Amino acid sequence: MALKAAVLVFPGSNCDRDCKTAVETTVGGKVEMVWHQETALPSGLDLIVVPGGFSYGDYLRCGAMASLSPVMQAVKTEAERGVSVLGICNGFQILCEAGLLPGALLRNAQLKYVCKPIELTIENRNTRFTSAYGNQQSVWMTQGNGDGNFFADPDTLKAIEDNDQVVFRYVENPNGSLNGIAGIVNTAGNVLGMMPHPDRAFEPALGSADGAPMFHSLVDALQSA
Amino acid sequence: MKAKVHVFLKPGVLDVQGKAVEGALHGLGWGGVSNVRVGKVLEFDMDGADQDAAKAELKAMCEKLLANTVIESYKVEVA
Repeated sequence: MALKAAVLVFPGSNCDRDCKTAVETTVGGKVEMVWHQETALPSGLDLIVVPGGFSYGDYLRCGAMASLSPVMQAVKTEAERGVSVLGICNGFQILCEAGLLPGALLRNAQLKYVCKPIELTIENRNTRFTSAYGNQQSVWMTQGNGDGNFFADPDTLKAIEDNDQVVFRYVENPNGSLNGIAGIVNTAGNVLGMMPHPDRAFEPALGSADGAPMFHSLVDALQSA
Repeated sequence: MKAKVHVFLKPGVLDVQGKAVEGALHGLGWGGVSNVRVGKVLEFDMDGADQDAAKAELKAMCEKLLANTVIESYKVEVA
């Protein structure tokens, strides 16, 4: 069984092809690239990927303008229907700006762009994005961002923790993120946003294949559905 | 009408740029400086003459695009 996936492309996206390759290499299937001006998505999607990059040059706020793109209305509709949505890096920022995920990403606490392999603990392995990790406790992926510092007000943060919405946490917090949060899901569990890149860690030649089980998890979830 | 929108990180949200600027000012000898906040000011022209209506429009613009109210607060002016 293969995933039917779409990768959104905004002006300034730069990981869109990585995401397409990651899905196609790990689980095969048909991955369509969808320009941000489209008002509709291909029908019957299993996964929508909001890729990393610098949409709209990060002007105003990272992800702010992209979150208002025509295609995002279609993404919201699909997300409400339960379609899986994965936002990586700038994609995470876009999903927060769009209101599909709680919180926001601030400038890194030390004001530096952080670009390095990074270790994450898997906090919730019962999501459709993490079921295939089995008993694996942590993963290595690369991080590359200047605004990855997760913030939410105290009540929201408590709700995120209480609902087990934290999926990944940094082993060593690189950017000041509250509670070391690297990735969260929405309450329904079908929208995941994360700053580290599974799309840059899906085969050993890339330095880590720890991103691959994420895509296998999504296929498993479809098969058991 | 001339519109001016001020957008700043909310009090309590760490403003790392403000901290860096504050450190630089201290380094230059202005040791009495504290609580530096770095924000944005947007200026633009608006059609119409009703200032109250313009302020309502500006508020809607801030809520929708110009500010992220999870982390930022805003202030609008028209003249």
